[in-house]
Amino acid sequence: MAQIKLSNLRHSYMPAPKGPEDYALKEIDVTWRDGGAYALLGPSGCGKSTLLNIISGLLTPSEGQILFDDRDVTTLPPDQRNIAQVFQFPVIYDTMTVGENLAFPLKNRGVDPATIKRRVDEIAEMLDVTDMLSTRASGLSPDNKQKISMGRGLVRDDVNAVMFDEPLTVIDPHLKWKLRSKLKELHQRVKATMIYVTHDQTEALTFADEVVVMQEGEVVQIGTPVELFERPQHTFVGHFIGSPGMNVLPCEAKGDRAVFEGHEVVLEGPTHGDGGRTDLGIRPEYVGFGDTGIPAHVTKVSDIGRHYVVSAMVGNTALKAVTEHSVPEPGSEVFLQFKPEQSRVYRDGWIATEERS
Amino acid sequence: MRTENQKAWFFVLPVLALVAFNALVPMMTVVNYSVQETFGNNQFFWEGLGWFEQILRSDRFQAALGRQFLFTFLILLIEVPLGIIVALSMPRKGFWVPVCLVLMALPMLIPWNVVGSMWNIFTLPKIGLMGYFLNDVLGINYDMTQQPLSAWITVIVMDVWHWTSLVVLLCYAGLVSIPDAYYQAAKIDGASPWSVFRYIQLPKMKTVLTIAVLLRFMDSFNIYTEPFVLTGGGPGNSTTLLSIDLVKIALGQFDLGPAAAMSLIYFAITLLVSWVFYTLMTKDDAE
Repeated sequence: MAQIKLSNLRHSYMPAPKGPEDYALKEIDVTWRDGGAYALLGPSGCGKSTLLNIISGLLTPSEGQILFDDRDVTTLPPDQRNIAQVFQFPVIYDTMTVGENLAFPLKNRGVDPATIKRRVDEIAEMLDVTDMLSTRASGLSPDNKQKISMGRGLVRDDVNAVMFDEPLTVIDPHLKWKLRSKLKELHQRVKATMIYVTHDQTEALTFADEVVVMQEGEVVQIGTPVELFERPQHTFVGHFIGSPGMNVLPCEAKGDRAVFEGHEVVLEGPTHGDGGRTDLGIRPEYVGFGDTGIPAHVTKVSDIGRHYVVSAMVGNTALKAVTEHSVPEPGSEVFLQFKPEQSRVYRDGWIATEERS
Repeated sequence: MRTENQKAWFFVLPVLALVAFNALVPMMTVVNYSVQETFGNNQFFWEGLGWFEQILRSDRFQAALGRQFLFTFLILLIEVPLGIIVALSMPRKGFWVPVCLVLMALPMLIPWNVVGSMWNIFTLPKIGLMGYFLNDVLGINYDMTQQPLSAWITVIVMDVWHWTSLVVLLCYAGLVSIPDAYYQAAKIDGASPWSVFRYIQLPKMKTVLTIAVLLRFMDSFNIYTEPFVLTGGGPGNSTTLLSIDLVKIALGQFDLGPAAAMSLIYFAITLLVSWVFYTLMTKDDAE
């Protein structure tokens, strides 16, 4: 178990990177506390897998350091970092039994047979695979295979961190949920630092205590799921997290007001900075309907089960609102009300309003 | 009620006719000859299983069969491990991949009798490059036209040169289909290079390796052209493999009855050994 610190980390796959656009990872500085559950969330190609491979030692970063409990491991190979990694596709040693698979990492490290047996039994019990221990691993279903590859990581008690690289991609939807709660349970029992890479917000938000949102090789926000939802630091976070994502509406900012399509909107607090592209950010959940407010034309209403998503036009700008009742008819004219404490201005994507305390 | 029609049979007919004309009918003539004796003039006398008995008891057949098994065993012993080693050392990505693949495929594209002629000229003691080099430069007494051992070594080396590529290409196909994650996981699990081979690469190559061994077995067991062109079965009978012997009996001596019986025995052995190989090598998967 260890605290993981990434300091001034940068990585480029090119031998001589010139500008920042040549870097797959730009300037990463984070500290992950010992025993925490973290998620790296971002779209495909945002650099999250690169970051994961750097932490596990499969890649050496171009610049910067990785510290495990203040010990510099930047150039150490994977087997000397005591890291476990679970991959997108379950990695199973086909010719071995489940038990032999679980014992493999210990055997390679020369652990004595009695300890191996004890650890394997312990992990098998934790993963509910005790009855499969002597069956051939090649015939297992994908979810069980993925459990075994997880188990191979957890079987070593000196593991500094367990990393998951989109581990539920090949799992059937109804088993995803089961495996996810198994993971959560394991984390509580093993207390190892866990880092979970995914592009699926539900997976990230349910698994992690803290989520690192990445975009184009950059960390845009680190926060708890609630923080990411309630106060996105960047329009990308607002848009990427939530379904539907945050409305990002072009506007002008004046003090603690924004002017959007000619209508004044009260913000959570005063804006700072000037210039750049200014946008008004508000989540559909905080757009309400009323007798007064911003006039809008309803274009579409989708029933998505628990609530309705209303698409509307204000002037030439489209936006979405979420409502559970009082659903307007498509084609009707309505008045929208933006919740002031959830209305913010973003400059060039980054948040530019101060929270009113 | 479900109605059935028998139209599908019409679509199978052409294939059936084709197979009948190129396999079943010729095969039946062989069966026909194998149980009869003829002195020409289209006169046939019933022999029963006499030819079979005669062939199986003859020293000549047994010797040829022994040579055949030895030859096949030796080339499998060399070509399979060598093919795996070459496949493992080939690059997986980049500029050299197509270069290696083409170089590997080249020997297999050369017609068999050309291979035989090439090696014949190459290894002739006085005029061949290799023959000259071994005898006159290195001072090794080598003459595949006179010494049985030299002839054997030459035949085996020629087959290895000609056919190891097949094993290489099949194994390589198996190797490149292994996702990177397996190697990464093995690294993290602290596996040694031997463990990586034993538990990742070998199991993933198993299917293609089964095919490679089967193909090499059948081809080498039925080999004719190359050793015939190279040594003509000599010196003496030392490199007379089964098929060479068979042709001698059938076309040289025109003993159609014994030749037919021998063909059938030959065919049965090939079939039986292939079946045993296949069953043994796929036994684990069935479990």
